Amino acid sequence: MFERKSGIILIAGIGFFALAFLSNAVVPMLMYRHLPEKTVKQLINGNLRYQFEDLAQRFPEAFEKAYGQPPADPEQAGAWYDERCEKALRVGHKIYIGEGCWHCHSQFVRPVSNEDRRWGAVSQSWEYQNELQRPVLFGTRRVGPDLCREGGRRSSDWHAVHFFKPEALSFGSPMPNYPWLFDGSPDKPTERGLALITYIQWLGSWHETYPYYEDYVPIPIKTAAKTE
Amino acid sequence: MSAASNVVTADHNFPRHEQLVEEKLVLWYFVAALTFMIVSMLAGILMGLQLIRHNPLPSVELLSPGRWRMIHTNAIAYGFLANAFLGIMHWVIPRLTLRPVLSPLLSYAIFAAWQFVVLATAVGIIFGEAQGIEWGETPVWIDPVAQLGLLLVAINFGAPILQTRGPMYVTLWYYLAALVWTFLTYAMGNFVPEYFVCGSSAGAVGGLFIHDLVGLFVTPLGWGMLYYFVPILLKRPMWSHGLSLVGFWGLAFFYPLQGIHHFLYTPIPMFLQYGAVLSTIALELVVVTVIINFVGTLHGTGGLVLSNLPLRYFHTGILFYFLTCLQCALQVTLTFQALIHFTDWVVGHAHMVMFGVFAMWQLGVMTYLVPKILKTEWYSTQWCEWHYWASSGGLIVMAGDLILCGLFQGWSWAALQPWESSIRYSLPFWSVRIVAGVVMFAAQLLFCLNFYLTWLKAPKTVHTTLPESGGLATV
Repeated sequence: MFERKSGIILIAGIGFFALAFLSNAVVPMLMYRHLPEKTVKQLINGNLRYQFEDLAQRFPEAFEKAYGQPPADPEQAGAWYDERCEKALRVGHKIYIGEGCWHCHSQFVRPVSNEDRRWGAVSQSWEYQNELQRPVLFGTRRVGPDLCREGGRRSSDWHAVHFFKPEALSFGSPMPNYPWLFDGSPDKPTERGLALITYIQWLGSWHETYPYYEDYVPIPIKTAAKTE
Repeated sequence: MSAASNVVTADHNFPRHEQLVEEKLVLWYFVAALTFMIVSMLAGILMGLQLIRHNPLPSVELLSPGRWRMIHTNAIAYGFLANAFLGIMHWVIPRLTLRPVLSPLLSYAIFAAWQFVVLATAVGIIFGEAQGIEWGETPVWIDPVAQLGLLLVAINFGAPILQTRGPMYVTLWYYLAALVWTFLTYAMGNFVPEYFVCGSSAGAVGGLFIHDLVGLFVTPLGWGMLYYFVPILLKRPMWSHGLSLVGFWGLAFFYPLQGIHHFLYTPIPMFLQYGAVLSTIALELVVVTVIINFVGTLHGTGGLVLSNLPLRYFHTGILFYFLTCLQCALQVTLTFQALIHFTDWVVGHAHMVMFGVFAMWQLGVMTYLVPKILKTEWYSTQWCEWHYWASSGGLIVMAGDLILCGLFQGWSWAALQPWESSIRYSLPFWSVRIVAGVVMFAAQLLFCLNFYLTWLKAPKTVHTTLPESGGLATV
């Protein structure tokens, strides 16, 4: 058996592989079957909508160029923003993978090494049961900070400047510049730039503690615009 | 069919080497492998320069270090390691089975298809089409092509192995299992977490994929190769057949069970994490038996390691293998993970495995086979020595430097220092790493030049039997 072709192909090749797949992959799948996978549409929440409409206020020209004009009717406008926001999340997620962001920024907080004090609540399974975590973006390296509680910590302006030239805001940062997400300057993000900022602002938006650094009162965006 | 082939061997009328091995193809694979090695190292140097904030070409979209980092790993795994393994298998399998591969035409088709897969992967990644699976960033639309290629590889090499009668040599156990495993691993890692499961379950599959790619594709092909070449170079059999059996079956059982150890302290269920840790530690015991077997084979002729360069490559790799596995048994524990996960420690470990072990072994085989195939000595054996010392020396510095760097990063984070501090502590280490990387890169350039000049001085008879080889030398 140990030196025969049949033993090597059936037991070692297929059998042991199947055993490992059953015990290490099928078991967690069965354990989490009560947590259905959310679609991107289902992921849009009040916090994210706030940030997305905030982008429309901060970068009106860029936003209009990327997504057009919202309808005048408030109800239709709500649906319109949801639709654009869903699109932005998908595109932003694709850029996050395509640019290799996930190779330097992890997306999970461990219960050790004081991580919950630095980043916030320890990560839990339900947070990852969605379309944007297929494949999951846990990450394996942190050159830069963990990002799964990043949303709402910093303003979209900050992110725009940071993506354009990270060193301008984070002294000594080894993060590359991403000028191709902009039309020449940080106040003119392209559709890709807006999408990536939306994606970053989404990270952690499902948490009650969002955002961490500011006392967050969800004021309607129209009111905020009028007072400025 | 089998009766006829039995008669052939019974008559001691062995097929000649020329009838078995497509030497030209072996050389082509080596050329392809070294080309991608150079590409991969250039990508690594670019990322390394970015980390120390001396990227000479910042703000160029198609040269973005984040994208080229993925080229770095994929070009090494699928461009260098896979190509070199395929070339070496074209040498080893026909000679061990006394049968040529299924079809020479298929062999060339696979060669072309595989280069297409690797190049398309690189182009896809450069244009931002990467897939979100570590070591599997191959864009999703190439995955089916790669999968088909792996199936053809299994058929082409599987045919001669399955036709052999009687007991099989150790190498063929590893090769046969690897042909099955590589196909299954690639399918699991690239399709399951992309289309079927999300979240923590996808993480578990991703962990299995990262690990199986090393453990069930690279490792068995590597050890299979070593079980073939080491006894030949030493002109003696392996020390213990029993230990060979323990090594193979221990690896086959324990290796696939460990994937989740890449994601300890994640939301993946804790008992599965413990299982992965335990099977990892168990595997290290198996690894020790393999090392004992190879050291036992060397017993009494250790001096050859100094005088015989390919053998020195092999045993240097074995030493690094022992070191990485020892390191693995420690770093996989939850205690170590709390400190070193996410740090450059892991990057150092990965370099020690991929370059220190498997690339060193393959470079050793190339050093051995190239003069045999070209029927001439190396253009400069002195350069071969330089290649060895710069490669192994550079690797020791790089791995040691990054492992140490990881400790400082981990301590800085645990102490809740500002994030910038960990970057500041890393800069000296990252600077040393660049120097080590450039030394390793220079070594490979020298090897390529040596290869080229050796090819130029190859006797004309080689050119007449292999008409296209002269043309290839200019590539």
